[in-house]
Amino acid sequence: MSTIAEKQAVLIEEFEFFDEWMDKYNHIIEMGKAMPVIDAVDKNDDLLVQGCQSKVWLKAEKKGDCVRFFADADAIIAKGIVAMLIDVFDNQPATEVAAADLSFLEEIGLKDHLSPTRANGLMSMIKQMKFYALAFSSAN
Amino acid sequence: MSYDVHAIRKEFPILHQQIHGRPLVYLDNAATAQKPLAVIKTITDFYTKDNANVHRGVHTLSQRSTDAMEAVRTAVCAHINAREVAEIIFTRGITDSINTVAFGMGALLQPHQNVVITALEHHSNIVPWQMLCERTGAALRYIPMNDKGELDLSTLELLVDENTAMVAFNHISNALGTINPVKTILNRAKAVGAWTLVDGAQSGPHALVDVQDWDVDFFTLSSHKMYGPTGLGVLYGKRERLETLPPYQGGGEMIATVTMEKSTYADIPHKFEAGTPHIEGIIGFGAALEYINSVGIEAIAAHEAALLDYATTTLSTIDGFRIIGTAEKKASVISFLVEGTHPYDLGVLLDQQGVAVRTGQHCTQPIMDQFCIAGTARASFAMYNTFEEIDLFKAALERAVTMLR
Repeated sequence: MSTIAEKQAVLIEEFEFFDEWMDKYNHIIEMGKAMPVIDAVDKNDDLLVQGCQSKVWLKAEKKGDCVRFFADADAIIAKGIVAMLIDVFDNQPATEVAAADLSFLEEIGLKDHLSPTRANGLMSMIKQMKFYALAFSSAN
Repeated sequence: MSYDVHAIRKEFPILHQQIHGRPLVYLDNAATAQKPLAVIKTITDFYTKDNANVHRGVHTLSQRSTDAMEAVRTAVCAHINAREVAEIIFTRGITDSINTVAFGMGALLQPHQNVVITALEHHSNIVPWQMLCERTGAALRYIPMNDKGELDLSTLELLVDENTAMVAFNHISNALGTINPVKTILNRAKAVGAWTLVDGAQSGPHALVDVQDWDVDFFTLSSHKMYGPTGLGVLYGKRERLETLPPYQGGGEMIATVTMEKSTYADIPHKFEAGTPHIEGIIGFGAALEYINSVGIEAIAAHEAALLDYATTTLSTIDGFRIIGTAEKKASVISFLVEGTHPYDLGVLLDQQGVAVRTGQHCTQPIMDQFCIAGTARASFAMYNTFEEIDLFKAALERAVTMLR
């Protein structure tokens, strides 16, 4: 089982392979397409992440000390981005998710690349995931 | 002389750049148009040589600034064929123009009256009327539209009745490009004695409007959509209407006399121009108008119509391409969706390939609701766009769609 840091290192390595942003987007899109999504019946408005331009649903479950994350989005790039975050955070200890430093977003250049509105959306997703993790870890 | 788009493009320095390593293809003209050198130079010259506050000083610079600004008022008056220069008011934009009328009508409207707008309006021609109706207790009514994005006028006589105080609608829809049957609606409004306002945000850059021929009470223009500076709009109003309408904002310039007890207002247009105006913007807008007229608005409209035809035909060959808004009479706007893709994703991947389009609801949430969609991508053409750019756009869109599906 890889740690959050190891998961990030893998993503950084994957993205190093691409010079052009069109190719990076392609990779993000493929991750979005590959992500298992929330059941349609569960996709209610309570799960919507506030502050995203497109609709992003995010659901978390406590599993022992760890957190499971499930998500979906109506736009595929947003879905790919949340898929990356889930790749890093899913099944990790709640305390570590809450405290994690997501340096890979800078390393792969995503943070600088996104427009301010989209960067806010990304921050909202991270905040929501950490919020769940914090709630689960303090419930222990 | 044939239309020389390449000569025109030379006048727009911003177009000659690369975005993400690709030549810029700017197709977001319905949001704002780019500015020709004539406008940029006029603004630079103004600050280099003539800047001073207007209508105040007796000194030479103030006189020059005032003359330059008032010359633009005269030019706008001629451009839309108003009866007199005093009927031309400079505002902060179309939103400000409409709010000026809607706010002023608050003192005139009775609770049993109604205001009629259409299902095709920009938020700026919805919200001010909603606020007016909330303040006065008057009712707000909508002329509906059909699935092509055309107004359904079958209920016009029912909706616009003897209690209608105002009928306000756009000449051309920003979201769908529909050109509305202005005279038909105006005639009905006049038959019941209602005031009328036409929002010319999208028609200003594409069509010649004669306000006397229309016999409309209020008409609005936006400088920045007409190749001029941002932050400036025009409100045309018939003298008798502007004299009846109370002023929207108080301050300097709009008064005749001020004592601590009471002020009397200046005559039109100054009654509606509180504070130091957007002098640089007005003078820049004058240069934009001159530029438009030097190319010829009919020639521009013909070029844009050809671009629209070509784009509609060529883009429709893309599998799953769907145009939202297919009115018989349309301006150079293509609002679209591609099956299996989200407009935001299309917008990002088009931008990566140098193509600028608008994505989202275009400040027209009710229109998107009627089509049951969250938004669209929108390409809109201006005088400097080329057929080659449409080919680049199509290729970029095809690549994006392939990636997204």
